[in-house]
Amino acid sequence: MSHSTFIIQEQHFQKLKTILARLCVECAGRVVFLVDRDGQTIAFHGDIGDMDTTSFSSLAAGNVAATSSMAKLIGEDVFPAVFHEGERESIFISVIGRSLLVVVFDERSTLGLVKLRTKRASFEVADILEEASKQSAFSMNNSVFAEITDEDIDSLFS
Amino acid sequence: MTFINYASREINCKIVYYGPGLCGKTTNLQYIYDSTAPQAKGKLISLATETDRTLFFDFMPLELGTVRGFKTRFHLYTVPGQVYYDASRKLILKGVDGVVFVADSQEERMDANIESLYNLEENLESQGYELNKLPYVLQMNKRDLPNVIPMEDLTYELQKKGEPIFEAVATNGTGVFDTLKAVAKQVLTELRKS
Repeated sequence: MSHSTFIIQEQHFQKLKTILARLCVECAGRVVFLVDRDGQTIAFHGDIGDMDTTSFSSLAAGNVAATSSMAKLIGEDVFPAVFHEGERESIFISVIGRSLLVVVFDERSTLGLVKLRTKRASFEVADILEEASKQSAFSMNNSVFAEITDEDIDSLFS
Repeated sequence: MTFINYASREINCKIVYYGPGLCGKTTNLQYIYDSTAPQAKGKLISLATETDRTLFFDFMPLELGTVRGFKTRFHLYTVPGQVYYDASRKLILKGVDGVVFVADSQEERMDANIESLYNLEENLESQGYELNKLPYVLQMNKRDLPNVIPMEDLTYELQKKGEPIFEAVATNGTGVFDTLKAVAKQVLTELRKS
């Protein structure tokens, strides 16, 4: 069964944030997101303004899920990157295993620059996520949730 | 897949509302959205056709409160019910932590319920899940309509594994939060087990 829990610890989170911050500067992006392929925001950096980041991540994941299925229908294994060009803002999504690196940028940057900088960051992100994933199984056995009580759960609904 | 972030102290879980076309999945979400305080919810996103049928999914994030110092957020999704949107349904089940099956209690929709339930099992299997091992709740919706099948008959036909069953009228909210609570509880209990 593929049902599992993914735990991200503080040290991995901070490393990811550092990479996202650097990528955002290097590619002159407005905001950079790291999103789980199931649609959950792992981390982001940049100017989000009043953007609904939770919905944005969910839709980015839905978008990649749909285009990946389209890829299979035409005989491609996967589209490793997806690009949406807007009048002012554009979105570039790079698929890294089970995560997505999403860059939102405007006329201050170019697709070429974003692609180039994202590629390097992708490798670093992949390494950290793999390390986090290895620790995730161990963390779950020692997590605070092992001791969660029925009262804790009930209190959420009171 | 439950996602736990120790840095931001958040737990994120994914719940999917499944069922045949027009059974009331979106109405469940709409009621939850309308009845929840603004600070506990995000936007309700609906990817729908021009005639308001769900095309890809509806989505809303819902914060329930904290458990052991962790903010608990549920991501609620619906699938499109129409038979021809099967590819989309499969995608939405990826990473699911709990499922609500919304059955339409009307007599003429019985076959559609059975077909959709079978489709759920098939699609879960294709994603590596087993319905028997997944947090799961059955909701019998539209109990206010005149031509509904008695509960015992619906239960006999649709109950798969002794899962909790709720009678509902999603348009006025009856049974909506009971259903959500039951599945959310199972998901959190699963977290403890794993």
